[in-house]
Amino acid sequence: MMVPVLPKDRAGMMQSAEAVKGRSLWVDARRRLFRNKAAVASMIILGTITLLAIFAPLLSPYSFEAIDFSLIQCAPSWWQGENVLCYADGTHPFGMDAVGRDLFIRTLYGARVSLAVGLVATGVSLLIGVIYGATAGYLGKRIDNLMMRFVDVLYSLPFIFFVIILMVIFDRNFILLFVAIGAVEWLTMARIVRGQTLSIKQKEFIEAARASGVGSWGIISRHVIPNVIGPVIVYVTLTIPAVILAESFLSFLGLGIREPMTSWGVLISEGANVLETAPWMLIFPAGFMAVTLFCFNFIGDGLRDALDPKDR
Amino acid sequence: MSVLKAENYSVRFSTPDGEVHAVRDVSFNVQEGECLGVVGESGSGKSQLFLGAVGLLASNGRSEGELLYRGRNLTGLSQAELNKVRGAKITMIFQDPLTSLTPHMRIGDQIIEALRIHENMKGVEATRRAVESLELVRIPEAARRLRQYPHELSGGMRQRVMIAMATACRPDLLIADEPTTALDVTVQAQILEIMRDLMGELKTSIILISHDMGVIAAMADRVQVMRDGEFVETGTADDIFYSPKHEYTRMLLEAMPRVDQPDRPGRTVLEPLSDADKLTKLLDVEDLSVYFPIRIGGLIPKYKPLRAVDGVSFTLQQGETLGVVGESGCGKSTLARAILALLPMTGGAVLWSGSDLNQADKDALRKLRKEFQIVFQDPLASLDPRMTIGQSIAEPLRALEPELVRTEVTARVSEMMERVGLDPAWRNRYPHEFSGGQNQRVGVARAMIVKPKLVICDEAVSALDVSIQAQIIDLILSLQKDFDMSMIFISHDLSVVRQVSHRVMVLYLGRVVEIAGRNAIYDDPRHPYTRALISAVPVPDPKKERSKIRVELPEELPSPLDTRAGLTFLKSKCIDDPDAEQYLPKLIEVSPGHFVAEHDPG
Repeated sequence: MMVPVLPKDRAGMMQSAEAVKGRSLWVDARRRLFRNKAAVASMIILGTITLLAIFAPLLSPYSFEAIDFSLIQCAPSWWQGENVLCYADGTHPFGMDAVGRDLFIRTLYGARVSLAVGLVATGVSLLIGVIYGATAGYLGKRIDNLMMRFVDVLYSLPFIFFVIILMVIFDRNFILLFVAIGAVEWLTMARIVRGQTLSIKQKEFIEAARASGVGSWGIISRHVIPNVIGPVIVYVTLTIPAVILAESFLSFLGLGIREPMTSWGVLISEGANVLETAPWMLIFPAGFMAVTLFCFNFIGDGLRDALDPKDR
Repeated sequence: MSVLKAENYSVRFSTPDGEVHAVRDVSFNVQEGECLGVVGESGSGKSQLFLGAVGLLASNGRSEGELLYRGRNLTGLSQAELNKVRGAKITMIFQDPLTSLTPHMRIGDQIIEALRIHENMKGVEATRRAVESLELVRIPEAARRLRQYPHELSGGMRQRVMIAMATACRPDLLIADEPTTALDVTVQAQILEIMRDLMGELKTSIILISHDMGVIAAMADRVQVMRDGEFVETGTADDIFYSPKHEYTRMLLEAMPRVDQPDRPGRTVLEPLSDADKLTKLLDVEDLSVYFPIRIGGLIPKYKPLRAVDGVSFTLQQGETLGVVGESGCGKSTLARAILALLPMTGGAVLWSGSDLNQADKDALRKLRKEFQIVFQDPLASLDPRMTIGQSIAEPLRALEPELVRTEVTARVSEMMERVGLDPAWRNRYPHEFSGGQNQRVGVARAMIVKPKLVICDEAVSALDVSIQAQIIDLILSLQKDFDMSMIFISHDLSVVRQVSHRVMVLYLGRVVEIAGRNAIYDDPRHPYTRALISAVPVPDPKKERSKIRVELPEELPSPLDTRAGLTFLKSKCIDDPDAEQYLPKLIEVSPGHFVAEHDPG
């Protein structure tokens, strides 16, 4: 059936071909995100790093835990600098670490841990924080008070103490690391989302939705959450680096992942100790981490713009 | 002698999307002691024209052409030279008196600051002049007011302070940009009167910028009609109002609802109720009250009830429109929200076809929501910026008729969009891409899509330009006829209410003071408050405006926390204690269907 078109607006007619299908915020957002060059480039780089991390064992003849005592702290063969003890051959493109392990494969294994922690822990904190904060903010009054006081109590627990207790009770494992970090990071997220929700709740369109018969959950999911997404995305791009750093801090204390498994945080802290004699040990993991964090920031910016319908 | 004269004056803005020519080659001339009215709709460039004149354009704007203040060209002047003229000789007052006053300065200090800079006046002399200026704008107890902060004053008082500030240096020219738009009608009438008196006493010329033909008619000697940055018509007030030449001027005059002429030819006329409708009672509101607890005191707070709605009763027949008028703070929006069960009521009952909404549980209430809907004042704020308009219109359908499949929803949305004059192909656009009028059509479509039996319009046309306002009113009236809906039409604009309502209810501080048929209440108002309201409405008819005798209100709107406030018009029964239980004025039927609250004679 032809949709009759009022003769008022020509631009409207040009759109009508694609307009028959309903578009949602998310479809539009994807289209706009792919128009953002910095975000697309970041996604490609990040995708490459992820693929490298996943297929790491296929890319190098060495194992991440094999020690070669003859090559302790040797520079990559192309390295030019003073104070170099020895050079590794071309199969060790990033050189060797302080106990003679191939740094290339260790950096990629480190990427596995760091990316996984960064994404999963942030994802967990995002999920809990947004739902918790939006619910508290929207329902308000006594429920809000109760929910936010609970957050305050958790906030006041010392992070390290909290992690140590978890480690003691459940024994050290990888999953626990996610839980521990996620359990702390969602608190700030919940506070941010609650604050935003309080201001959005006052808007007339929320009242309009209530008058239209939309229930509380419908309002939270369809009106509140899409409208708090801007500040949330910005906060997420700040959380990912914070989480990666938190992991390295825990690992440094011996509470994180266990040797010989490694992460960028561990590699960086090892590299920082030998900065003067073996700078490659810092440069490569730090470089990877910096590039990754940049990518997350660009993607975050791109997402925030893409989710704002005023920016077409 | 001309005070301000413009020749081929233009204002341009450079924006990322190219240059915007906001004012195009306009010429005008303001004579000494006259009031020039500039009328136009939003976006016509009327504000930019005079912001340019006093050098207050945004940084990307520039002005061209000649602008002569007593023969001296202002366009090429530096900021320092311009500062000597503006603030002293040419002053400006703006729409919003709260944001134009510095919140942390006492009002006396703000007036004296202007005097110190421009007249080099200090100490006792400056204070004396400040008091004098406040007395000129009829602020009682002027000396005491000097020590008050802006937030301690009401909107009308603040605007008077702004005028006092603007006239403290005895300027030649006062530019008033929509000075009364944010104020209630009774306050507007006072402010206009003050401005008129100032013109007489200080021989100040006034340029009055307004979108309201009524305000222009009340004030202006000559009128310029502005559209798209150009003057389309220029003439004396009588010429413009009684024999407009340009079609745009005619359109503006025609679109403007008039409190004195409800059913003018050329406009949609309200249909009388059919006999069948008269028999079906749809809504019965009995003694409805909504109180808000207001916290007083710090450490051990006390709570005092703010009686936003205090014992309101009325009925509504099927197909009938009840107009609700009153000034800001009279509880008309609270009343609407309480009827829609968006706010909890403190007492009373709302009977919907006989069943009590207050008793209804959550599920029953959600089913009932299908029957009553609301259209809000601000079309942009009431639409979710992250939803396409199609999604917004579909929302009540999805919530209230979840059994519909997607194609049915789409078909209903398309049908409704066409009905309200929107192209269904625009469904995927966002609210910010549309004008206010188009967004209000979306708001109307959203309310009507579930075919409700009652629609509450809460100031639904107040934020729109007159021409758009006329279109939306026509749309609402024709939809009402098609769907045989009842309506509660809430507005502070008495002219609009007269045009669309069968009956009119006047609220004062949460209580009904008068309720009657549309003509009975406007032609024969009995309550002093109703009389004051109606006489304060400006009519786009200069001769009537000049000869009009206004009914004054005894005092400013008292605080609704004070229980004495409800007896402003029945002082004889008032107990002089702000917390005492007071006598409740009863409604008395003076003629069939015409109820008036008890009041002191006089």
